[in-house]
Amino acid sequence: MKSSIKIAGLFGLLALVSCNKDITQRNLEFGALNPAKIDTSAGKWKPVLLTSATEFSCDVPIAVTSPDYKLQLLEIKSRQANMTDADEETLKYWSAGTVLRWNEILRELVAKYNLPPYQNPDGTYPIPSSANPLAYPYFPFANPPYAARAYAYVSAAQYDALVAAYHYKGFYRRSRPSAVDNTIKELIPVVKDFAYPSEEAVVAGAAFAMMSLLFPGEQDYLQEKLNECIDVRILAGANVRSEVEAGVKLGKAVAGKFIARARTDRAGKAVGTPADWAKLESDAIARGETPWISQESPKRPPMLPLFGKTIGFLVDTTEVVSNRPTAPPSTASPEFAKELDEVLWYSQNATRERMRIVHFWADGAGTYTPPGHWNAIACEDFVNMRFSEVRWARNLALLNMAMFDAAICCWDAKYAYFNPRPSQANNKIKTLTGLPNFPAYTSGHSTFSGAAATLLSHVNPSRANDYMSMADEASKSRLYGAIHYRSDIEVGMQMGKNIGDKAVARAKTDGAD
Amino acid sequence: MRKIASILCLCAGISLSAQTESDALFMDKHNLCGGFVYGNTTWDHYWEGTFYRNNANIGSFKSNSVMAMANYGIARGLNVITSAAWIDNRVTAGTLIGQKGIQDLNVFLKKEIWAKDIKGFNSSLVAVGGVSAPLTDYVVDFLPISIGMRSKTASLRLLGDVQKGHWYGTASAMYTRRNNITIDRNSYYTTELIYSNKMFMPDVFSYNIRLGWRDGADKYFELIADRMNTLGGFDIRKNDMPLPGNNMDAFRAGVNIKYPVPVLNGLSVMATGMQTLSGRNMGKARMIMAGVVYQTAFMKGDKK
Repeated sequence: MKSSIKIAGLFGLLALVSCNKDITQRNLEFGALNPAKIDTSAGKWKPVLLTSATEFSCDVPIAVTSPDYKLQLLEIKSRQANMTDADEETLKYWSAGTVLRWNEILRELVAKYNLPPYQNPDGTYPIPSSANPLAYPYFPFANPPYAARAYAYVSAAQYDALVAAYHYKGFYRRSRPSAVDNTIKELIPVVKDFAYPSEEAVVAGAAFAMMSLLFPGEQDYLQEKLNECIDVRILAGANVRSEVEAGVKLGKAVAGKFIARARTDRAGKAVGTPADWAKLESDAIARGETPWISQESPKRPPMLPLFGKTIGFLVDTTEVVSNRPTAPPSTASPEFAKELDEVLWYSQNATRERMRIVHFWADGAGTYTPPGHWNAIACEDFVNMRFSEVRWARNLALLNMAMFDAAICCWDAKYAYFNPRPSQANNKIKTLTGLPNFPAYTSGHSTFSGAAATLLSHVNPSRANDYMSMADEASKSRLYGAIHYRSDIEVGMQMGKNIGDKAVARAKTDGAD
Repeated sequence: MRKIASILCLCAGISLSAQTESDALFMDKHNLCGGFVYGNTTWDHYWEGTFYRNNANIGSFKSNSVMAMANYGIARGLNVITSAAWIDNRVTAGTLIGQKGIQDLNVFLKKEIWAKDIKGFNSSLVAVGGVSAPLTDYVVDFLPISIGMRSKTASLRLLGDVQKGHWYGTASAMYTRRNNITIDRNSYYTTELIYSNKMFMPDVFSYNIRLGWRDGADKYFELIADRMNTLGGFDIRKNDMPLPGNNMDAFRAGVNIKYPVPVLNGLSVMATGMQTLSGRNMGKARMIMAGVVYQTAFMKGDKK
């Protein structure tokens, strides 16, 4: 008897550990998008690349009295009659917002591809090739500049495609299926405006085409997501098939213009050549400075040294150079020594709270990068702000164009000055997070965060103080982590804010404000 | 890459002293055994998934620890064992900073549930229930340098022991339930992007076999083989950082010795050496431990 109690006691210990181990994900808790405002005039908003909303045509829809249309209504009824549990899950997932979900898909691909290639046996590194994306090293290495550019192109293509779509919606004034046939049930909130072309399908078509260029090894996955996204519209009773087909077609056509631009924006040459890398070093020495040297072993070529020459969306190429920040303290100067000492102090006096900050904002290898982090922050707020799909796209386009241009300006400065990381200048400095493999000045995190917080403060003024304090924390995390000097983060933050201001200036004149 | 931390976390107390949670030896009623064990673990190769590699940005991983442990005889055949360790982890190359601090509290309740002499073979079955919980707010998502997994765990071990003369064999299997953990960031990639600061920790199944010679509870020499498998988890991707929720497996072999110090009654010294032979998402570690334990009767008259 007594021993059985003791045995029960042993098992009782197990009860101290919780039983449910399911992880609740924030993004799967989002409710269905039900926009506060429909933005019917979005067809007149200023596009990014399109010369006008009608640059790409959208065929006249079939008549609602036609036999084909009636068959398409039957397709909705048939899909709804045969709905499975999996369909319900898919419906719930996509109902949160199409721009939102494609942004999440992009963030996931960035995280999947954000890994530096493993070295060759001879100590050199292979360079991923877009022509052979499925062979190791997988293409792309979605590092922060690559990611910033990807977020910008996908968001801007979606936005332009939606401006065109809103134009055609207003032009054709096609009623929703449930307004044509009142026996059609809408299973998710459906915006009470026009249904042709399907704006969700436009977003999906643009995202699919753009992301197929950026992540060429993911065609199957992207096609699966595209099919799912448009099928949901039919399942939900929100669109008939010809509306989604026209949407995908328009979205892909608009993305084509962005794809052509991306192919010639010089980012493809940003890796540089061994001669370029050697020249960066010899130029720094000629200026009397200690040049940046890779602290990785084997030494890895610097990340995208020519990315500063990429053509951005908000900042002109000549402006990138003319607005370049002044040089950081010379590596021979007392100011430099003082800043270096401060980094050493943070390295040797880490607190648990500073470590939390470092890790929260690190967004290093294998993550969606700092621009991805700001997309996540933005999206979680946008969900509560109940934007229309087109306003979602517009705000993310502004955010991501700002961060893309921040990457360009920051990378320009990094390779113009080519200064060493603190742990190169003083090997007593140990880092609290992974050391990025490129020069220090200016801090990418600070530049991205300054740009993002400035734009988001304009979009959502009620949280302006929060965005600024997040940006400040993200920026300081790099000093706390002992991988950046104070001048890197302060100048980077200011650069970022200046670029953010350009996005705000655009926001004030694009017709949406 | 992160093996050391996990070995310490999952198997704290293993082979660290006589009457541990993984042997069939018991303290007598009202006897207390306490001690300190120094541990040193090092590796320079690890398995990234199944890919066996080294990493010049880590060099060698080195862990030094001091564990305090105590074992008390509540009744005949019923012991409570507790331990906690201070750990210092660092790497010899690259720029990453080391981590040190107090790790987890482990408490085990060990009960002999059956014992019989079968034709000269002294046989017994033992059940060991354990719980562990972090004692400090150490950083977990910084593997392999983190000092532990910061997971609350509960475990149950069933153990069989057979002794003939001085020779014996012990076999046991343990299931460890691990709670999910909270990390400092709010999203991370496993095989998909997860938007949460909680990370799923797969449970662990392990088994342990010992063959040796013993004379009482204070003098023995044994050979050990053990294997641990997480039940689930994901691989470290090529050139990615390890995560606490990784799939982690290891097979280890080693020796364990305990010997009473002459003259100084109640004091024993012990030493353990273990080598990881195969693994997954862990370092190929060599572990050495050495310690002293002192045993005394808590109530006069109980001491043997």
